Amino acid sequence: MRSILAVLLENEPGALSRVVGLFAQRNYNIESLTVAPTEDPTLSRLTLTTSGDANKISQIRKQLDKLVEVVRVVDLCESPHVERELLLIKVRAQGDARQEVKRSADIFRGQIVDVTAQTYTIQLVGPSAKLDAFVKAVEDSGVDATILEVVRTGVSGLGRGDQVLSL
Amino acid sequence: MAEMLSGGDMLIRALQDEGVEYIFGYPGGSALHIYDAIFRQQKIEHILVRHEQAATHMADGYARSTGDPGVVLVTSGPGATNAITGIATAYMDSIPMVVISGQVPRDLIGTDAFQETDMVGISRPVVKHSFMVRDASEIPAVVKKAFHIATTGRPGPVVIDVPKDTTDPSATYEYEYPSEVNLRSYKPAFEGDRTQVDRVVQALLSAKRPVFYVGGGVIQADAETPLRELVKATRGPVASTLMGLGAYPGSDKQSLGMLGMHGTYEANMAMHEADLILALGARFDDRVTNNPDKFSPKATIVHLDVDPASVDKIISSDIALVGDAQWVLNTLWEAYQHQESQRDEAARKKQQQDLDQWWAQLEEWRSAHGLNHNLVPQKDQSILPQLAVQTLYRVTEGEAFITSDVGQHQMFAAQYYHFDEPRRWINSGGLGTMGFGLPSAMGVQMGNPEAVVACVTGEGSFMMNMQELSTCLQYGLPIKIINLNNQALGMVKQWQDMQYGGRHSQSTYSDSLPDFKTLVEAFGHIGIRVSEAMELDAAMEEAFSEKNKNRLVFVDVWVDPHEHVYPMAIKGGAMSDMILSKTQGGAS
Repeated sequence: MRSILAVLLENEPGALSRVVGLFAQRNYNIESLTVAPTEDPTLSRLTLTTSGDANKISQIRKQLDKLVEVVRVVDLCESPHVERELLLIKVRAQGDARQEVKRSADIFRGQIVDVTAQTYTIQLVGPSAKLDAFVKAVEDSGVDATILEVVRTGVSGLGRGDQVLSL
Repeated sequence: MAEMLSGGDMLIRALQDEGVEYIFGYPGGSALHIYDAIFRQQKIEHILVRHEQAATHMADGYARSTGDPGVVLVTSGPGATNAITGIATAYMDSIPMVVISGQVPRDLIGTDAFQETDMVGISRPVVKHSFMVRDASEIPAVVKKAFHIATTGRPGPVVIDVPKDTTDPSATYEYEYPSEVNLRSYKPAFEGDRTQVDRVVQALLSAKRPVFYVGGGVIQADAETPLRELVKATRGPVASTLMGLGAYPGSDKQSLGMLGMHGTYEANMAMHEADLILALGARFDDRVTNNPDKFSPKATIVHLDVDPASVDKIISSDIALVGDAQWVLNTLWEAYQHQESQRDEAARKKQQQDLDQWWAQLEEWRSAHGLNHNLVPQKDQSILPQLAVQTLYRVTEGEAFITSDVGQHQMFAAQYYHFDEPRRWINSGGLGTMGFGLPSAMGVQMGNPEAVVACVTGEGSFMMNMQELSTCLQYGLPIKIINLNNQALGMVKQWQDMQYGGRHSQSTYSDSLPDFKTLVEAFGHIGIRVSEAMELDAAMEEAFSEKNKNRLVFVDVWVDPHEHVYPMAIKGGAMSDMILSKTQGGAS
């Protein structure tokens, strides 16, 4: 079971290390992690994706909640939510491949944010699965296109509708 | 106008305002401004140990026996790292403790300065929380928060790392100790859910084979009174964890003694056959449950804990109660009395018959394979370690504070000394820290100056912190040390006997043991050596005699080195799967 945990955390030195340390210490898996201050500068919001059975996810939530600097924890996957991740990918594409890569980027609604004679740098936003599909599409395109570099931000998310994670 | 104090003075003043009696510690460079502040005041006594690990265990023993948080002060670097074992020990057993560590000045942090270590980082997995002082002005608030966090909810150790320059006497600040603390991210549950309490009462009123599975949480919350009322009224048997001994009187008939890996036959059988288990401030540790998949197949599980993360961690509960054990047990006791009085006579009579049957079964187990508490010394025979504990129990009339180290002697003490009151049995249950016994006994004695305090230890554990004999002399601590000397690392050797074909890899050292009698005499104390069973009584009587009331006495008891601890759980089995002796395996 995949889980996206949204965590409100006191914006204090060392708070993030407690969260990350907890995962290492209790043998939980972190698939992705993003963190930044919120509109309230005393709070950081952290989005963390992990996986495990229901018991394990429940333990992870409780253990996170136990950390003194954690203010709130929710699992976005428990209800309708919006999740997004940003990908930057640098592809070497020459000859026929240039058109093919650009077409794929268009189909996935990616944007080309940097160009050289040999490369494209493409930015793509969406749920993680869409990003995976795009990378695979470039790999499998059958033309002379080589992925040089991929960087992803990890998942950020919000509950849909009136659901709000706040103090 | 508020008083102007330096950071170091504010720190000590804040501890005074927190009501701290003792600081257990060891000075060093980064802590010297703080030590100077200690020198210039009278209210708090500082106890100088011989190794920082012992300071943490002393503070721990003080905390366990009094219920008040223990306070430790160490310097940076090695002072801080030496404290880690004691902090981890307190963390595993949820003991309230505040550890103040000196740190290099702020402008040197991160430069690999002399005696620098990242104390907040290195202690992170074994603390409830930690602080680094960023500015001297925040010292009073940090101290207030540290004590609040250490002592509320599920208690635990809190570290305050104090860079040396924040305690510098040349800068002063307005001192005011905060009257309250409010942390938006830390609000431990105190009151439990009343509807859940009612469900527990219903379960209790319909139980045929109830068991109270009582852990250290009941002791931490000082909840023994409602527990005892409830146990008496419901006629349930009590199976105690290693940490829970004393919450319910061990010498009472309704006590089945300790459960778990080396628990009594009757306690483990009761857990396996129960139809209702009330887990009270206990956490279904692997040393209790054995194989969780085979755990108590017929029981409805009620789990009371102050820590929501303990509930459903190992064993899924049918009724969960999160809250302070004292609040919950008081509420439960009231609700039980009310609902019990409402039920009709037929239902009451029916349950009493069920309980009669249950007690008949429990007594049958107890008489078949229960521990023999009436051991008799035999002429020309070596001393059984169990007999040594039984003798200690008799000579101290069951009223001593007993600390222990870790290993066979610990299990023998837990099995053979009946604890009738909480906070009398002090041992490292979760972490299993050898070297805990002597320093924790010192902390117990500081916190309970008039009490009889004995440390049941083994020669292996004792030698891990024996330097503290010097501290005992300095502060006149009249501890009695009962050294069950089997000339080996007994528990390791037992496992090697049972599971490794008797290959005693690195568990024996009989050719190189010191003469403990001479050793303790060199430290200025009294040493007694006894190796004949018939002389045990006299040796123990002498140790606890009036003339030695104010002296530390070390009784080196040479015990039968071949003795094993039984019962012993069979690995991977249910709680009912136990080896009962060297010749009786797997009775269930």
